[in-house]
Amino acid sequence: MNEISLHIIDIIQNSLSAGASLIRVIIDENLVHNLLSVTIADNGKGMTKEQVERLDDPFFTSRTTRRVGMGIPLFRQSAEQSGGDLVVTSEPGFGTTVKANFLNDHIDRPPLGEIANSMVLMISANPDKDFVFEYIYNGSSYIFDTVEIKSVLEELPLNDPAVIRMLTEMIDENIKDLKTQSD
Amino acid sequence: MNKIKSLDDLRKMKQSLEHGMTIRENSNSPESLVQIRVAMATCGIAAGARTVMNTLIEKLEKEKIPAVVTQGGCMGYCYAEPTIEVKVPGKDPVVFGKVDSAVAEEIVVKYIKNGELIDGIIPVNYQSINEQK
Repeated sequence: MNEISLHIIDIIQNSLSAGASLIRVIIDENLVHNLLSVTIADNGKGMTKEQVERLDDPFFTSRTTRRVGMGIPLFRQSAEQSGGDLVVTSEPGFGTTVKANFLNDHIDRPPLGEIANSMVLMISANPDKDFVFEYIYNGSSYIFDTVEIKSVLEELPLNDPAVIRMLTEMIDENIKDLKTQSD
Repeated sequence: MNKIKSLDDLRKMKQSLEHGMTIRENSNSPESLVQIRVAMATCGIAAGARTVMNTLIEKLEKEKIPAVVTQGGCMGYCYAEPTIEVKVPGKDPVVFGKVDSAVAEEIVVKYIKNGELIDGIIPVNYQSINEQK
């Protein structure tokens, strides 16, 4: 995985498998504190304390199709090699939050990558789920909420290619704006 | 054309889009659409599933094939990622392995559009090494 965005897709897939109906993704880029943090929070079925403790064991997985699970270990490795860390908090019945912190200027920090495209692909592939995507840049933030988007688009399907292009452009433009306004 | 930024921009674009939209009328009955599931677990993503998903969406649009592209979890074919499952209406689902962008385009044109079989199908009776007794 050479992009943080790919880790995000991976963790979102975990949230979906946990039956989440709402997934929040927050990216906080703070150049003052030299910190890039990525949070994925869901309202899925959650995990017990014991399950959370075993997440870093690659041979722990709830899946039955294969016996190893590398999602969290890889994401953690990515964060730790960039001078950061990864924290998982979870409560059965309420959901799970995964937060990864990276030192922004660390040479081993992977690029964020195609975040708008990644988010919109997840949104279009799961039109019945809701996503809130927040991008914070030096304290100012942009929020993309599929509840709002769906109420605007009405019967227009989220998985239509033209809609996918529009939404990707919308996220990209707003992130670009955040950055130019702040700099 | 101005870039889309606000919900208002989106609202305007929606109106212009609705005129051009004909193929989506049957989206309420997904059985009548081609359904593609891209395996998006750690193994699939690391092998390039996102690129394949983008290619599929673009190619299906270009070929004007009404389809839904969704994501799925691990199917157990990690050695053959990226894998996709293609369900053409009226046919049994077929799983293709080692799908890069070039193969994805081939699947859209040859298998979905022209109904030809191509290489790379993972047989339904395939057993992974863990399942073999």
